[in-house]
Amino acid sequence: MTKGFKPGTFFQRDFDWHPPPLTPGYKTSIARSPQRARIAFDNTMTEATGPVFGHGMLGDLDNDLTLNYARPGQSAQGPRIILHGHVLDQEARPVPNALLECWQANAGGRYRHKKDGYLAPLDPDFGGCGRTITDERGYYAIRTIQPGPYPWPNAVNDWRPAHIHFSLFGQGFAQRLITQVYFEGDPHIALCPIVNTIPDKAAIDTLVAKLDMNHTAPMDARAYRMDFVLRGRRQTMFENKMEGM
Amino acid sequence: MRYLKESPSQTAGPYVHIGCVPSFAGLEGMYGGNDLGKSMITGDARGERITIEGHVIDGTGTPLKDAMLEIWQADAAGLFHSPEETRGDADPAFTGWGRQPTDAVTGRYRFETVKPGAVPWPDGRMQAPHILVWIVARGINLGLSTRIYFSDEESANSADPLLSRIEHQNRVPTLIARRDGATYHFDIHLQGPDETIFFDI
Ligand SMILES: [Fe+3]
Repeated sequence: MTKGFKPGTFFQRDFDWHPPPLTPGYKTSIARSPQRARIAFDNTMTEATGPVFGHGMLGDLDNDLTLNYARPGQSAQGPRIILHGHVLDQEARPVPNALLECWQANAGGRYRHKKDGYLAPLDPDFGGCGRTITDERGYYAIRTIQPGPYPWPNAVNDWRPAHIHFSLFGQGFAQRLITQVYFEGDPHIALCPIVNTIPDKAAIDTLVAKLDMNHTAPMDARAYRMDFVLRGRRQTMFENKMEGM
Repeated sequence: MRYLKESPSQTAGPYVHIGCVPSFAGLEGMYGGNDLGKSMITGDARGERITIEGHVIDGTGTPLKDAMLEIWQADAAGLFHSPEETRGDADPAFTGWGRQPTDAVTGRYRFETVKPGAVPWPDGRMQAPHILVWIVARGINLGLSTRIYFSDEESANSADPLLSRIEHQNRVPTLIARRDGATYHFDIHLQGPDETIFFDI
């Protein structure tokens, strides 16, 4: 007989830490927020498992937004940065093989998207999307340009702080998460109605990347550090009876 | 005891397509032109081929034209394409995971998949066949999770451990996709009298 532990169900989510569905300061949430209580149940296999992505699917430039849309010999305009860190679970264990997908505006604050009509120009060498998969230590890094702040239609004079959107896949669908990363020192963080959908200032602070002079590429790119935390996971004891016992 | 807090969610915003389905967003050729999750069937998959389509509808009755949906499900035999699947080998021609935007003009979404087999509830009882759905969009602060069940699985649905514990049984039809030939129709209502049941998973 063998005994051991296998991954079980995920820790309960803290809905007071996440933004609530209805946040009137962010007007679009008003008609798009469910009003009834979510119905809770412990994960079944459907929620505890999820798709797995292999490092083999990545192209060489997928995690380099300065080059992955640029013309040959060119690179994107703007302050060059490395954004890096770890993906951890709530017990500070690394989450290996997590897929991170990111998207962002260019250095002028303009997205390469049909619906973005901001007058800042498109950069012909910048697409605005990248992706990577964490290594066995849960570590990831992308190279990009620092995005610009941009105005958006909410109140008449609302501006988004510079930010990069991130989508994360952990080891089970219950860990699925989309969030945004901001940059230390940006005065727009405190003013932004989307940032302020998060009720707790301490929670907002966890989304602010910190300047990290130890991981710069000298004469090339500054570095910012951002660690992500996905839901933790219970361990389930199992016993396997060996053949013939 | 010290646990880290989960990173707080932020809305996917109006440009989620750039990052998640870049070819759909107009970044032709990004990642070889293959948007992740576009095809769930990668070969001669076992089981019944089905289409699931519908709209995501806001509190004013307007379909969202900037949403993105992901689904995750078992194969036709009820096995997950996951390293944690210990009950057998899932169909190698079926990924179990799909990702689709809602159409920028009509707001319709569509998945081509196979009808899933049943998978167990933690106590060993079988659940009715179902698909996990996750919805993100501008104005949605934390991705919404729901499930699709099937209108032609009436007896399995009535014995399902999750469906049967829902207090307001008059809301259960919001989780049941309506069969019409090989197509199932499943609209997701974010608000209003027909608000879809969303789960805390
Ligand atoms: Fe943005």
